[in-house]
Amino acid sequence: MQCECTKQKSDLSLLEPVLAEYAAVPGSLITILQHAQEIYGYLPTDVLYRIAECTGNSPARVLGVATFYTQFRFQPVGKYLIMLCDGTACHVNGSARIAAAVQEYLHVENGGTTEDGLFSFSIVACLGCCSLSPVMMINGDTYGSLTPEQVLEILKDIQAKEAAE
Amino acid sequence: MSIRLAVGQGSCGIAAGAQKVANALRPLLAGSEVQLGTVGCIGMCWLEPIVDLYENDTLKARLVRVQPNHAEAIAEAAKSGDLSGIAELVIQPEDSAFLEQQTRIALRNCGIIDPESLESAKAAGAYSALGKILSTGMTPEDVIEVIKVSGLAGRGGAGFPTWFKWNAARQSAGDEKYLICNADEGDPGAFMDRAVIESDPHTLIEGMLIGAYAIGAKEAIVYVRAEYPLAIRRLENAICDAREAGYIGKNIMETDFSCEFRIKAGAGAFVCGEETALIESLEGQRGMPRLKPPFPAQSGYWNKPSNINNVETFANVAWIISNGGEAFAAMGTEDSKGTKVFALTGKIRRGGLVEIPMGMTLRQVIFEIGGGIRDGGTFKAVQMGGPSGGCIPASLLDTVIDYKKLAATGAIMGSGGMVVMDDSTCMVSMAKFFLDFTAKESCGKCVHCRIGTKRLQEILTRITEGEGQEGDIELMEELCNAVRDGALCGLGQTAPNPVLSTLRYFRDEFEAHIRDKRCPAHTCTALLHVSIDAEKCRGCTACARNCPVYAISGAVKEPHEINADACIHCGRCKAVCKFGAVIVE
Ligand SMILES: Cc1cc2nc3c(=O)[nH]c(=O)nc-3n(C[C@H](O)[C@H](O)[C@H](O)COP(=O)(O)O)c2cc1C
Ligand code: FES
Repeated sequence: MQCECTKQKSDLSLLEPVLAEYAAVPGSLITILQHAQEIYGYLPTDVLYRIAECTGNSPARVLGVATFYTQFRFQPVGKYLIMLCDGTACHVNGSARIAAAVQEYLHVENGGTTEDGLFSFSIVACLGCCSLSPVMMINGDTYGSLTPEQVLEILKDIQAKEAAE
Repeated sequence: MSIRLAVGQGSCGIAAGAQKVANALRPLLAGSEVQLGTVGCIGMCWLEPIVDLYENDTLKARLVRVQPNHAEAIAEAAKSGDLSGIAELVIQPEDSAFLEQQTRIALRNCGIIDPESLESAKAAGAYSALGKILSTGMTPEDVIEVIKVSGLAGRGGAGFPTWFKWNAARQSAGDEKYLICNADEGDPGAFMDRAVIESDPHTLIEGMLIGAYAIGAKEAIVYVRAEYPLAIRRLENAICDAREAGYIGKNIMETDFSCEFRIKAGAGAFVCGEETALIESLEGQRGMPRLKPPFPAQSGYWNKPSNINNVETFANVAWIISNGGEAFAAMGTEDSKGTKVFALTGKIRRGGLVEIPMGMTLRQVIFEIGGGIRDGGTFKAVQMGGPSGGCIPASLLDTVIDYKKLAATGAIMGSGGMVVMDDSTCMVSMAKFFLDFTAKESCGKCVHCRIGTKRLQEILTRITEGEGQEGDIELMEELCNAVRDGALCGLGQTAPNPVLSTLRYFRDEFEAHIRDKRCPAHTCTALLHVSIDAEKCRGCTACARNCPVYAISGAVKEPHEINADACIHCGRCKAVCKFGAVIVE
C-alpha cells in the first residue's frame, strides 16, 4: 500500500518563508502550524511532514501537537467557516436552536462542510461575546443576539453575494 | 469648544453593528468641527452599539442602541448642540445606574480612552506608575511590598496572593526570568480579559512591566487565545507604540530597566489556561500540565523562574502603585481586597461587565446592578467559576462576594463569569453540559480526569435521556470524590464541582429525572410528553405541517393528535401553534 502523504501535492514553496523565520527558533512549532494553516486553509499531510523535517521533530510529534489543539484542521474547510458558540451563556440562551437551524438549512453536521464547499460548520466554546448570546462568528466577524430566523438571513445573504460573483 | 463622538468598538459593540454606525457617521462629519473617535467597551453590552457625545472631554450624552439610520440625526445634533432630535437615543437613568453602582479600577479606562492611541492612554495616566517607580528609585522589593499591602490576589481563578508569587520568582536564582500574562480566558461566560485588552491595552502592558521589574524578568509574554483576533491586533499595535515611545525594550525611560514583549496566540485548548500547561504550549508542545512542585516561580518557561498572572490581576497593578496599597486594601472584606470584575450574562436584563468592591452580595450585583431576570422569568441559580465552579441557588443570594464565602457555597469566585439562569434551565442538563465540556477538554495525561470525567458524563447523559437508575446519584458522588482527589491539575480536581454543587442544591431535580422520568424545567427532550389540548385546537394544521417526523394527524378544522411513539419531542409544534393548544409536560 502506498503511503497517503505522497498522494498530496501541496505547494511547499509557500511555506519556506515561515520555516526560514521560525524553524530554528525553539518552541515555535505551534506558531509554524498556525502560519501553515493560514496559508493552506488546513494542515495537509505533506505540509506536516515538511514541518517535521525542517524543525527536527518526528512526524508523530508534529501531528501529536497539531491534534491537541482545536484550532488545527486536517481537512479543507469551506470558504466561510461558521463557528457557533455553545459556551455557558450561549447554551443557556438557546444556542441549540441556532445550531438546529443552521444544520437543517445547510445540511451540515458539526465539523462538516457543505457539498458546494461554501460553508463549514463548527460548534465551539465561548467566543467572548457572552453578553450578546447566542453568538456566532463567520470568518472573524461576530454576530450576536441571534434568532433562528436571523441566522438564516445571514446565511442567505452570503449565498446571494456568492451567487452574484 | 471641542466636540467628539466616540463609538464603542469592542468585539461586542462591533458584533452589534458599531462599525456600520461609525461608517455612517464618518462622511456626515467630514469637514465639520466634530471629531469621530473610537473607544473600547464600556461594559454595557445590552445597549450596544453605544455612541458617546463629548464636549471638551466631558460626557454630554450617551446614546444607546444606535443604528446606522440614526447617523444623520446624531451628526446634526453634534454639530448644532441641540440634542432634541436624538432624545430617544439617550440612555435611560435606570440604565445609567448600572455604571454608577460600580467602582472601576481594572476597567477604569475601558470605553473611555481610544485603545489604539498611546496619547489617549497617556492622558488617562498610562505609564505614570511605571514612571513613579523608575524615577523615585523604588526597588523591586518596594514594589512587592506595595502589592503585599494592597492584598491583591490573582484574578485568574485560584486567588493566590500576587505579592507572594512575585516574591518567590524574585528570590529564585538566575538571571533569565520570564513574566507571562495568562490571557487564555477559557472559562465560557467570562470576557473581562478580552474587554481589558481590546479597550485599554496599555494598562495591561504597564502592569506587566511593573511585574517584570519586580521579579527581574527581561522578557514578558502575553498568551492570548486565538479566538480573540481584535484583542491580539490592538495589543500588537499598543506594544509597537509603547516600544517606539521607549516603554518597551532596552533602557526603559532611560534607566537600566530593560524588558522585551511578545505575544503568543493560543491554539484552542481550555487546559492551556492552567499555568503549567500554558508553559508547555509556549514551548510548542501539547498543552499538558506538569506536576507541581516545582512551581513556575522556581522552574517554568524553559525551566527558568517564571511568573504567570491573569490579565485582570495586571490591570490593577498600575493603579495600586499610583494610589498606594492601602487605598486598594481599604475596599473589600477581611479576606478579599479591592474590586473584582464580573461578566453578567445569561437570563439577565442588563448583561455586561460589572466591577464592584468585594463584599457586595450576589443579590446586589444580579438584581440591583443587573436588573434581575429578563423576560419576566424567575431567578433559579447563578453559575460562577465555569467548569470549575458551581451553581448558587436563590436561597443563597445574600452571600457576600469574597473568595472564602463563595467557596463555602460550593461555587468559586473563578475568573468572574456569572451566568444567570431562570426556571427554564434544567440543572441536570447544566451539570451534563459542564461534564461534556471537561470530558472533551481533559488533556488525557492523568487517568482520574480522563476516565472519571467521561464516566460522569455518561451517567449524566443517561439520566437526561430518561435512563437514570437508582444508585446513580451515589455512584456520581463516589466518582466525583475520586476525580477530585486523584487528578493531576486544577481541571480535573475541580471538574466534579458542577455536579456536586447541583446535587447539593437541586437534588430533587436529579431524583425527578431518575425516579419519575420527568424533567421539571421541561428541557430534557427525551423526558417530555407532548400533547394537544382538543378544546383549544382549531385544526389550523400548522403543527402537522411543521412536524419534522409527521407525528401529527387530524383533519382541517378538527382537533389534531400527536402519535406519542413517533414524536421526537422537538417542540416545534408548540412554537408554531397560535392558539396555545400544544401542552409540553
Ligand atoms: C483548567 C484551568 C484553566 C484555567 N484557565 C485560566 C484562564 O483562562 N485564565 C487565567 O488567567 N487563569 C486560568 N487558570 C488559572 C491559572 O492556572 C493560574 O492560576 C493563573 O493564571 C494565575 O494568575 P493569577 O494569580 O493572576 O490569577 C486556569 C486554571 C485551570 C486549572
Ligand atoms: S458563552 Fe457564547 S460567547 Fe461566551
